[in-house]
Amino acid sequence: MNGYGPSHGPSYGSEPLADRQVALIDLLDRLLSGGVVLTGDVVLSIADIDLVRISLRALVVSFRSGDESPFAGALTPRDGDADAG
Amino acid sequence: MNEQVTYVYAVVRAAGGAADAADAADAAAHLAGVGGGEVRTVPGTRGTALVLAVSSVPEDDFREDALRRHFEDLDWLESVARAHHGVIEALAARADVLPLRLATVYLDDDRARAVLDASWDSFAERMEHLAGHAEWGVKIYVERRPAPAGPAPAGDLSPGRAYLRTRRTERSVRESVYRAAEEAAARVEAAGRRHAAERARHRVQQGQLADAPGENVVNDAYLVHRDRAAAFHDEASRAAEGLPGVRVEVTGPWAPYSFVTPPTGAASPAEEHAT
Repeated sequence: MNGYGPSHGPSYGSEPLADRQVALIDLLDRLLSGGVVLTGDVVLSIADIDLVRISLRALVVSFRSGDESPFAGALTPRDGDADAG
Repeated sequence: MNEQVTYVYAVVRAAGGAADAADAADAAAHLAGVGGGEVRTVPGTRGTALVLAVSSVPEDDFREDALRRHFEDLDWLESVARAHHGVIEALAARADVLPLRLATVYLDDDRARAVLDASWDSFAERMEHLAGHAEWGVKIYVERRPAPAGPAPAGDLSPGRAYLRTRRTERSVRESVYRAAEEAAARVEAAGRRHAAERARHRVQQGQLADAPGENVVNDAYLVHRDRAAAFHDEASRAAEGLPGVRVEVTGPWAPYSFVTPPTGAASPAEEHAT
């Protein structure tokens, strides 16, 4: 099992997850700044990605850039959850 | 000309860490991936607990120069992003996934396999940490409302003073809305402390694609265990109650895109707690 499931929110009903149309900007927040970064064979270099970000900035000004939350440290996982990791 | 290369979507682990991830990932096989190619799995050489979900894409579209050009084409970017996300969603419904950055491409399956092998331990470790969790997005908006019905008639005020008074009124309205937004943010953070394991911050959304009404002032993601998801969703969704001019939007569940690496500089939660 994983974090997905029907009980997670009132808004989805029984609609298959894959059919939910998410906002492109929310998706790009995650796909262009999240995800595991591996060195691919054909992938853009980090510098190129930065260029892409710059050229896209007018469209998508929403990239995580080392501005990780200081708050992360203040988050205390509930009892037991921390043990999952 | 029409060589194919290997596009990698995610590292996949059977839900609950079962020994064989292939079944879980096979459930997503036959899905159409980026460019319509069929999704398949590539196992590592170190076992079957982790597999890569991949599909073949035309090299012509994913060479470095082509990719750089494509990334500036919003329609192309959207189609790839939605296809990538569709595969991740289908996988995440059945298994634990560690999504890869958009457009991670290898010359062939063997090259991809080598990367899975090389990073096996760190993938397994992070996967274990994320198991049972999903990502939830929480955005806070302030209404861009017009200044309240004009200032009192200027009377004998000079145009300059009337202008300043209007600006003052507008400013005070803005300030109270921002204070309300801070209150909403504090409530969301409190919900996070109660229910979430981690938080990541995205930059606020601006620009042409940010078409939701209002000004986005907070754009965060929370990693929440499924047992806590309903409570978190409920509390975060209600964070703007009684706060005029403020709106909260919760999105999710998402695969844990924003949490594939441990928080920067973070000790383990236990250590943080101890300090």
